[in-house]
Amino acid sequence: MADLKRTKIALMFFLAVGVGSGAAALGMDLPETVLLNSLSRYYDGVSFDHALHEQVADCASCHHHTTGMPSQDPDCMRCHAGAAEMGVVACRDCHAAEPFSAGYLKAKKADTHRYHTDQLGLKGAYHQSCLGCHQAMGAPIGCLDCHQRNQAGDELFRAGALSSAGPAASR
Amino acid sequence: MSGISRRKFLAASMAGSAAATLSLTSGAFGAALLEGYPDGMGVLVDMTRCIGCRSCEAACNKEQQLPAPEMAFDDPAAFDYSYHAGQKRRTTEAAYTVVNRYEIQGEEQPVYRKIQCNHCNEPACLTSCFVNAYTKTKEGAVMFNDKVCVGCRTCMVACPFNIPAYSYSSAFNPVVKKCVFCHETRLKNGLPPACVEICPQEALTFGNRRDLIKIAHQRINDNPGRYVDHLYGEKELGGTSWMYLSSVPFEQLAFDTTLGREPIISNVKGFLGAVPMVLAIWPALFTGFHLLATKNKHGEGHQADHPIQEDDKQ
Repeated sequence: MADLKRTKIALMFFLAVGVGSGAAALGMDLPETVLLNSLSRYYDGVSFDHALHEQVADCASCHHHTTGMPSQDPDCMRCHAGAAEMGVVACRDCHAAEPFSAGYLKAKKADTHRYHTDQLGLKGAYHQSCLGCHQAMGAPIGCLDCHQRNQAGDELFRAGALSSAGPAASR
Repeated sequence: MSGISRRKFLAASMAGSAAATLSLTSGAFGAALLEGYPDGMGVLVDMTRCIGCRSCEAACNKEQQLPAPEMAFDDPAAFDYSYHAGQKRRTTEAAYTVVNRYEIQGEEQPVYRKIQCNHCNEPACLTSCFVNAYTKTKEGAVMFNDKVCVGCRTCMVACPFNIPAYSYSSAFNPVVKKCVFCHETRLKNGLPPACVEICPQEALTFGNRRDLIKIAHQRINDNPGRYVDHLYGEKELGGTSWMYLSSVPFEQLAFDTTLGREPIISNVKGFLGAVPMVLAIWPALFTGFHLLATKNKHGEGHQADHPIQEDDKQ
């Protein structure tokens, strides 16, 4: 029953983001682009060019051990060496969107056998994974290189036309 | 009869003084042993993750409804701003948190250090405040009540991290201003502070302070070479709710590494603890001395009075 529900949720997720995340497992085409917009508030969603990144990195560079390719971190291989492809490979299937909510912290603490006690949240996972690699490979690293800031974001940063010192002062 | 009461009085006063002296020398106040509230929350600042985007400054400004900054929060010129002959930016009445950039010799990337109130377990500001404007909440926040602040600025001198700022711009009601851990709007409702929530790199990790200490040491162990083997704020001054991990020695990022482990209050607690005892015992003691010293004179006076009375009777 629980399995069925999980499959259903997973299916809904795949449909929602318009990609076949399980495609690799089924030998189907990998997604051309993935729209990363579940956290968008001050920036518009990011259309991630999956096809482009397939050419510059292995699956395991981002997906750890979940695509069937061996993990690149020997420390992970201690447990995940024999791990097969997993049904779910999306970042948010493991990395929580709200890693510091009272509920999440409580559940984490109650799970005394949990090994990954210092697991990144979704936003941290995206940025550390993307930005870390971009820095190492000399790819763009500015916020606005990937993100289109929206009006709420301009207000927050007091930037652009909303700068307190006027548009000329901001860069 | 009067001899016995005098002896009793002297014995009692000696016992009182001895008890006071003993309790002082035995260090019964034990401030250094306090580790803060068991469920106190904290934030682990991992400076190896910070990219200097200053989103935290922007989020703090919005959450605390602070005035608009001189420069936009995405303006990198802020890192070059200095005052008083080259000092980096500090917290002000309009900015409860500030990120500064440090160019370190031998490091490819600059290191960014976020500063805000560290929310000490034993806050020096709280100790120094004579109107009790400060409180340490069970959630870990060091709160400030500007309703009772008289603007003496003693806390600004007392704070070992130079955090409390002053609203010099206010002509009629200048008060102290500082980070309050978003206690009223977030912390007490089980939410992380605004700066933590917005941080894209998760350079700020929010959680129970005791769990964060474990996580921090785990990070040091799991990533050899990435961190210096020190968690700043774990032990400093009796511990702080906000703690830092760094890839370079803390002195190079202008952290004060000479603070020691003793809370500031340990330097004054013995003395201040003696004040009530002095107030309770000394009046009684010296009144007793006075009575003893003047007893004979008083008695003589009585005897001197008698003959007159007897004379009157005659």
